[in-house]
Amino acid sequence: MHQYVWLIPLFPILGVLINGLLGHKLPKKVIGPIACIAVGLSAILSTLIFFEVKALPPESRILNDVISYTWMAAGNFYVDIGFLVDPLSLVMLLVVCWVSLLIHIYSIGYMHGDPGYARFFTELNLFVFFMLILVSANNFLMMFVGWEGVGLCSYLLIGFWYEKKSATDAGNKAFIVNRIGDFGFLLGIFGIFFFTGTLNFQEVFAKAPATFAYGGLEITLITLALFLGATGKSAQVPLYTWLPDAMEGPTPVSALIHAATMVTAGVYMVARMNVLFMMAPISLMIVGIIGAITAIYAATIGMTQFDIKRVLAYSTVSQLGYMFLACGVGAFSIGIFHLMTHAFFKALLFMGAGSVMHALAGELDMRKMGDLRKHMPHTYRTFLIGTLAIAGIPPLAGFFSKDEILYKAFSAESTIWEMGGVTLWAIGLTAALITAFYMFRAVFMTFYGKSRVDDHVAKHLHESPAVMTAPLWILAILSIIGGWVGIPWIESLNLFPQWLEPVMKGKAVVSQLTGGIPAHAVHHSLSFELMMALVSVIVAAIGIFIAYKLYVKNPELPERLTYGRFFPVYHLVLDKYRIDELYDRLFVKPTLWLSEKFMWKVVDDKIIDGTVNGIADLAKGWGSWTQRLQTGYVQNYALMIVIGVMLIFSFIIYLN
Amino acid sequence: MLPMSYYLVLSALIFGLGVLGVLIRRNALVIFMSIELMLNAVNLTFITLSRYLETLHGQIYVFFVMTVAAAEVAVGLAIIMLLYRNWGTANIDDINLMKW
Repeated sequence: MHQYVWLIPLFPILGVLINGLLGHKLPKKVIGPIACIAVGLSAILSTLIFFEVKALPPESRILNDVISYTWMAAGNFYVDIGFLVDPLSLVMLLVVCWVSLLIHIYSIGYMHGDPGYARFFTELNLFVFFMLILVSANNFLMMFVGWEGVGLCSYLLIGFWYEKKSATDAGNKAFIVNRIGDFGFLLGIFGIFFFTGTLNFQEVFAKAPATFAYGGLEITLITLALFLGATGKSAQVPLYTWLPDAMEGPTPVSALIHAATMVTAGVYMVARMNVLFMMAPISLMIVGIIGAITAIYAATIGMTQFDIKRVLAYSTVSQLGYMFLACGVGAFSIGIFHLMTHAFFKALLFMGAGSVMHALAGELDMRKMGDLRKHMPHTYRTFLIGTLAIAGIPPLAGFFSKDEILYKAFSAESTIWEMGGVTLWAIGLTAALITAFYMFRAVFMTFYGKSRVDDHVAKHLHESPAVMTAPLWILAILSIIGGWVGIPWIESLNLFPQWLEPVMKGKAVVSQLTGGIPAHAVHHSLSFELMMALVSVIVAAIGIFIAYKLYVKNPELPERLTYGRFFPVYHLVLDKYRIDELYDRLFVKPTLWLSEKFMWKVVDDKIIDGTVNGIADLAKGWGSWTQRLQTGYVQNYALMIVIGVMLIFSFIIYLN
Repeated sequence: MLPMSYYLVLSALIFGLGVLGVLIRRNALVIFMSIELMLNAVNLTFITLSRYLETLHGQIYVFFVMTVAAAEVAVGLAIIMLLYRNWGTANIDDINLMKW
């Protein structure tokens, strides 16, 4: 079965061809189902392959070069169109396919009145195609193709409502900021090829221990360049600014691309390169620190936002920070675990927010919501489940993955920074408190309290159709049970990390390089681990309690607080620490200035135009002088011929 | 027999006259006649050399030249006639469109 893995990306691209070429002629009843069937077939196929690989013994679960067609070859350099089927890519394939399928179904309801219906599904399918290429590639270059492709689709879909200037601006911003990261990724690929001479993942990982020195400069620089790529795509500090703006796109896009799939590509990439990252402890530490900073930084911004989608956007940035924190302490499989559970509950939350918008005629401001739980029972219940999951309340999915990240951070042993693990843990725990607070703030402001909905909108309040609520419920169930595949305290139920074990060779490689220190089995003191879990649950509960006090019991209190002593701090956070303005001053304005004053007025106007016009003027001047030879009198021409002939003859005679 | 140089000098003179006619006369018909003069000067050279070198090649060329000249007369006279019909003159100074 696994040899048919190439069909998985093929189905969505067929959907693109059908809807893209014929979409304007097809009725809406056909367009949506075509897109859904395309993704659905991929989902079914990836599930079949999953079960086939699952039946194999763990050590033979890495199936490289499933289909290999030489894409390009030049001397020793060659790149294949090849697919890698292994536990990690299978997890990604399953998550991407199934979550995409649910979001496609939801979009049928959400986008039904939109004039760009066919275009929307075409671009959605195109995105799925590139994402599947990204996660199933067996070499760096093919992964890069997928990487750029999802960036392109992200740009197209953020700017889907292109009549709106803010939407096209946001699309540009996402694309340009991502380019900075892509540049780093590309440099990393160059570096890898320069030192190992190949781009195939398995070959690179096999050669890496012999090629690079442990902790050496080369590997550190390469992994940092790769991580720069990851910060761009996964919206980490300092390249996170594009993601909140990306909320200008339709809500299913936010759910699919900017929550569940594309933004996790960076985490996937770091986990895929775990061998390289483990060999560069400094890079690994930076990954962890950036992750922790992002987690808490974005969470604080999330506390102050009033736009429900922006709250979720900052929450996504923050949760991605958690995933990098996990990678940074060497717990790559836990990072992927959180990626999976986050895909479930964040897609759910975004689609819930979309459902609310749908009912409120596109209203996003939570100050104009309130008391919606009676009107939208399905949306309310599923949104609440998603919120409980992200807040880390057991036994929902987010609890297991987030708690495990915090535990791994606490028990991490770093040779470089002794207190590093504990520090990261403390930051992560604080971020967890804030997460619980702002997520429940969103729930309380939206679904509880007094209704602040505008009158004319309130009349049309309605629950969304079943085509939208059904995916919500499926994701809600996944958000509940999704974490049960990785219950850390019981060895036989801790399936998820065991499943990924064959891919995570980094630890073994490092222990081999550093002189046979056995990859230390983490001392599972069960009571200690349970206590840690209890701490994070208590912290989450405190966050929920504060939100309850502030937004249900005393709804006037937040306003009083923000206008009191905390006014300057509050406004700094409300304005997102004015980082966008800082970037504007530091990078955008100088670039524009340079472009206008130097590149346009000097280089383009003076040098390039000057050269071109100068050559033209020269030819013109020469022409206006030589045109005098053309008198129009035939006898003049004849005279010229005679003179010419005489000259030629005298020359010949002279030679003889 | 007269020396070869006599014939060649004569032929050069006739050719020179032809060139001069082409360059300085204004009437298209006269220019045309001057061109014929040049062709016949060349014919004379061919014949002379053929005679002195005792080969027939030169004489064969003369036949070619005469054929071409006959064809040329047909085309050339037609052109001059059309010029006259359109411009009302055969003075080539008045026909000076071939310029910038």
